[in-house]
Amino acid sequence: MTGSATVDRGVEDQLREAAPRVLGALVRRYGHFDECEDAVQEALLAAAVQWPEQGIPDNAQAWLSTVATRRLVDQIRGETARRRREEADFQRQPADRQVERPADQAVDGGTGLDGTGQDDTLTLLFLCCHPSLTEASQVALTLRAVGALSTEQIAHAFLVPEATMGARISRAKQRVKAAGASFTQPEGADRQGRLPVVLHVLYLIFNEGYTASSGTQLQRADLAAEAIRLTRAVRRLLPEDGEVAGLLALMLLTDARRAARATEDGALIPLAEQDRGRWDRAAIAEGLALVGGAMASSELGVYQLQAAIAGVHVQAERAEVTDWPQIQVLYQILERIWPNPMVTLNRAIAVAMTEGPQSGLALLAPLDSDSRMAGHHRLAAVRAHLLELAGDRVAAREAYQLAARRTASLPEQRYLTARAARLS
Amino acid sequence: MQFLLIMHNNPAVWDALTDSERDAVVTGHGQFIKTIQESGELIVTQGLADPSKSAVVRVRNGVPAVTDGPYLEAKEFLGGYYLVDCASRERALELAALIPDASVPGLAIEVRPVMFSNGLEV
Repeated sequence: MTGSATVDRGVEDQLREAAPRVLGALVRRYGHFDECEDAVQEALLAAAVQWPEQGIPDNAQAWLSTVATRRLVDQIRGETARRRREEADFQRQPADRQVERPADQAVDGGTGLDGTGQDDTLTLLFLCCHPSLTEASQVALTLRAVGALSTEQIAHAFLVPEATMGARISRAKQRVKAAGASFTQPEGADRQGRLPVVLHVLYLIFNEGYTASSGTQLQRADLAAEAIRLTRAVRRLLPEDGEVAGLLALMLLTDARRAARATEDGALIPLAEQDRGRWDRAAIAEGLALVGGAMASSELGVYQLQAAIAGVHVQAERAEVTDWPQIQVLYQILERIWPNPMVTLNRAIAVAMTEGPQSGLALLAPLDSDSRMAGHHRLAAVRAHLLELAGDRVAAREAYQLAARRTASLPEQRYLTARAARLS
Repeated sequence: MQFLLIMHNNPAVWDALTDSERDAVVTGHGQFIKTIQESGELIVTQGLADPSKSAVVRVRNGVPAVTDGPYLEAKEFLGGYYLVDCASRERALELAALIPDASVPGLAIEVRPVMFSNGLEV
């Protein structure tokens, strides 16, 4: 034990990085994902209570593993005792052996790796993002089992009561179990289909943190940081995957603008008006290097392209020198490999900036009859912006007002209402 | 995303139901609550007392004036609501359709997104 009395951020990160490895080792050895996950959570809780008082153990992961194993064994023992009473059988022997050989010693020697030297974090991610689950459940289970956040923390981040989130997580575990999911990584075509789901869940977590879908706060930074942390972990395990690198780059290049994105009282500042001196240069450099490397060496994908677009934006010293033609080309490619109205909407902005607002507005027209987009506030907001560029103040104001009525985000509404007011 | 599933009640419609129809609605709410509790979508549900129990408060020139009865004189009134957190608007509409009132002729469920929250123990 070291003498430190507080569990600081670094230790917490270390602890939470170790958690999925400890969980993976437990599941490998004992099965029962649900029970193992509870045991690891209890061990994390124990660490949060004990470490500030008793000091931080030298090997946090081994400590976590030992305590989690003990909790699991207690649980199995409890169930075994019940079974014994019922069946008058002798089921106690396995439990005793489990006590003698905690998972950290028997399985991974405290290194966080299983017998084959493999980090289980990715296997856990595949399990938590199992196709039998809804997106909301995939997100919640990922944050708990892989992110090692408590149910309370997750509930807080998503602004729902703990009971609601607890039910969601427990239902998700039951579903995974009922689906007969095994603790192995999917192979071949199955893997090709499921890795994007994992990346999408990480992206959802990031987005929830970056743009809160409702409420007063524009940014819930902890979720964005958590998504970046988890994506980094995936990248360490899949360094050759272009889309993993692209996703990490996209997050970094987006998050780099966080400090400049809102005023101190929470009002939204559009990209063109942001103080670029407040952008995070280190994050930008890392993001650009990642996306550049990925695009040079692997098959093009949607995250790489979105990261490349974000990269063009952050490379402009001033909004006026943004390389819009390049952005337009990138959106064209993106729309070809991933046709969807949100991409069209963004391409319309790039087209307006290169060919003039009328060309952009013409691209928006078909979206009015697209059910996925028709009532969306983003469509009205982009139209308002382009109408303003075209000098049609009356129509722009109406479109801003429409967008303001449609959004469910207070900061966005505030921004859109202010834009409308400026035009009256 | 959070949505308020608003139940507009109409006593005339309610009174016209048979006992077994009313029982079915009550049982249906129990099942609905169980469903969305287990799925982790229910935040809270509340049913309101009759609008005859309402009072309306207005402060004019700093002086509160209180009148008994509802704010709006209408056949329908706010009877209760479910506050849910679900994946999408489509899911919110799906949930609304599961509320037994939605199937009663003359009644309907209004679905509105939540924009601001505070005070919930989250």
